Amino acid sequence: MSRASFFKTFLLTELLQGMALTFRTLFRPKVTLNYPEEKAPQSVRFRGLHALRRYPNGEERCIACKLCEATCPALAITIESDVADDGTRRTTRYDIDLFKCIYCGFCEEACPVDAIVETRIHEYHMEHRGENIMTKDKLLAVGDRYEAMINADKSADARYR
Amino acid sequence: MSEDAVNITVDGVPMKARKGEMIIRVTDANDVYVPRFCYHEKLPVAANCRMCLVEVEKAPKPLPACATPVMEGMVIRTKSAKAIAAQRSVMEFLLINHPLDCPICDQGGECELQDLAIGYGRDISRYHERKRVVKDKNLGPLVSSDMTRCIHCTRCVRFGQDVAGIPELGTTGRGEHNEIGTYIEASVNHELSGNIIDLCPVGALNSKPFRYRARSWEMTQQPLVSPHDGLGTNLYGHVRRGRLMRVVPRRNDAINETWISDRDRFSYEGVYSADRLQAPMLRDGDSWKSVDWQTALEAVAQGLQQAPKGGTGFLASASSTVEELTLLSRLARGIGSGNIDHRLRQTDFPAAVTPSLGMAVADVDALQALLVVGANLRHEIPLLASRVRKAAVSGAKVSFLNPERFEYLFPVAQYWVASPAQQLAALQVLVAAARGAAAGSEGVTAEHLQVVDSLKSKERKAIWLGALAQRHPAFGALRGLAAELAALTGATLGILAEGANAAGAHLAGAVPDAGALNAGQMLTSSLHSYVLLGVEPQADSLSASAAAAMAGARFVVALTPYASDELKAVATVMLPIGSFAETSGTYVSLEGRWQSFGGAAQPVGESRPAWKVLRVLGNLLGLQGFAQSTSEEVLAEARAAADGAVPQAVPQGGGVAAIAADAAVTDVPLYQIDALVRRAPALQATRDGMQASQGVQGAA
Repeated sequence: MSRASFFKTFLLTELLQGMALTFRTLFRPKVTLNYPEEKAPQSVRFRGLHALRRYPNGEERCIACKLCEATCPALAITIESDVADDGTRRTTRYDIDLFKCIYCGFCEEACPVDAIVETRIHEYHMEHRGENIMTKDKLLAVGDRYEAMINADKSADARYR
Repeated sequence: MSEDAVNITVDGVPMKARKGEMIIRVTDANDVYVPRFCYHEKLPVAANCRMCLVEVEKAPKPLPACATPVMEGMVIRTKSAKAIAAQRSVMEFLLINHPLDCPICDQGGECELQDLAIGYGRDISRYHERKRVVKDKNLGPLVSSDMTRCIHCTRCVRFGQDVAGIPELGTTGRGEHNEIGTYIEASVNHELSGNIIDLCPVGALNSKPFRYRARSWEMTQQPLVSPHDGLGTNLYGHVRRGRLMRVVPRRNDAINETWISDRDRFSYEGVYSADRLQAPMLRDGDSWKSVDWQTALEAVAQGLQQAPKGGTGFLASASSTVEELTLLSRLARGIGSGNIDHRLRQTDFPAAVTPSLGMAVADVDALQALLVVGANLRHEIPLLASRVRKAAVSGAKVSFLNPERFEYLFPVAQYWVASPAQQLAALQVLVAAARGAAAGSEGVTAEHLQVVDSLKSKERKAIWLGALAQRHPAFGALRGLAAELAALTGATLGILAEGANAAGAHLAGAVPDAGALNAGQMLTSSLHSYVLLGVEPQADSLSASAAAAMAGARFVVALTPYASDELKAVATVMLPIGSFAETSGTYVSLEGRWQSFGGAAQPVGESRPAWKVLRVLGNLLGLQGFAQSTSEEVLAEARAAADGAVPQAVPQGGGVAAIAADAAVTDVPLYQIDALVRRAPALQATRDGMQASQGVQGAA
């Protein structure tokens, strides 16, 4: 053991340095948040829970082009399509497995009609097996409920695209 | 050849070409890619898309590679600045009126326009005016149309004119108002019309049953062979998540070139028909109960053991695979019954001879004289009819001796409409004429002499007996006379049997032993028990007593993909087997080509490949020769047996059987020939399909 480290060990200089940092920090502003009462600011580009959107007249946006399914790196999306009653191309099944999803946002990027979006909702949970599959109905429900927010977020981001 | 050869230079590489050949053929042969839309190897040149413009030295402007013949010393640049600029400009023009609806277009992902737009399109459109919109045409239940997407390559028009033989589609209007349509409101009805779906380079013509079902990139491509006719048409099954989504042609220039018939293309819908048998079923009084395979197979083994020796009839579909038929025939002989047959619609059973075209399919194009006896060729083997058309258009003398006047879309040298009795007489007259009888004697007319003369004088000639000839009440006599005529004129005798695997069925032993019962006898007299392999006795035979024969039996086992009402009424046990798409197997085509395919789709429900079911059944019955673990092993055994067999010659002559003057032969409608097409809704909705179902109701 060298002489310098011998003195360092016995005089507890490192402890005092640490305490000094603690003391200084006491007077600085806090960075921790009291979640869930307090929340950190979110970007309009936050990628959380998925939603399927509708046009203002209530028509589904999704046209079953399956580009999101093709681009999904986690293979989380499963789509089946058919001719709808009005002759248009529509999905008969649109499932996203939230356990597989890596929230990369590629589906949103690939969508030619802005139908599938990732909202800023990130506080959700599942209680039962199988609830991790977001079906078409669930996704549309999310879209209907948060349309105002989604619309505002997309408009805010639009000029950077 | 050497005199015809010219030397050209393409992109600095010297190449040899045939004089007068188009540039694009030379570049294709030498793997130099020239973009194109309207050019198609199997269609005549139109040169109306202008996408294949290339620079030719000393020519003031770029020239279309598809319509410019090569000349000695020609210097061609396909990738020079001038050529690329021309191609890019053409692409810009093509995209002016093309809608940007790739996300909802079924062609998306397999679209020639999409692919070439990546290579030759600009990333920004300079066109800000209104795009044109064209009203969609209703082309019937098979082909969907989105005519706004059309780029007017006219491949579909040229297909109708030059391959199908009937111009169902055409162009109207000029310039901006140019439209593809049917002139008058009509559907496309030709039995090969589905090919325009493949030909269309964009999404203007697409498959209606497949519309919006899947994307090209989701599916895997599995080779298949057509289960409907003996030509052995090569197909690809496109499978997504174990389900057959659509069928497209697999190019094979020796058989089907790039075409397939509508029956091959759209019959896949029948694979997922609502009446697919999901699990083995046992009869329980008047109702049915689902059981597991073990119970069902044990019940079958027990039932078959109870039958007296020779008291079991085995009826197989002629579209069963070689493997299935080999094992079925082994099973039949193992339990001491020689009653096995696949010729359900035949009424007269002369000595069984393996049916054969007698020549390569590709050689049909070059025939110079042909006599077709008893065949509705366009319905029986549509692609063979298109090959005959090719021969006839280039001058072959094609004559028919048919019980009805069927429509042919090519010049026909002679067409005799004759009842079965008259058919025999007419063939006799032809034989007499071939022996040298002069006009006026023995009923010989100038027409007979013409046909015999064309058969005698030409070099490549054939006489074919179609399915209607085989349903003839005196098929043996008819065949003998045809064989005699063939021998006298030197023509090749072809027997075009029904079913995808009629030749294979003969080779695999699915014909009765000497003294045993044939299909006709099995369907008229009730045996103790029956084993049906992919057969619906009433619908698949023309025997009026088939249902009664089955109902009179004590034990009927049906190995079937479908739980049809007919089978439910007569069967004791129903075992679900896979359709052609779900089983591995082999078909032997009429030209003697063995073509194997693997199981493409996953079996529906509990169904299993029939060869596996038969193998386990053989084991349960304690028979020899059922130890195979793969279908390839069964095939190898069948192949060895077939190679060892001596090819039989068709017996000649044999006298004329006395048949009733009012005897008739029934033509089975195009889309009623087997269980699969009967269950394909799109085919049933076509003009042929609707007429057929009316006809069948009328007959019943």
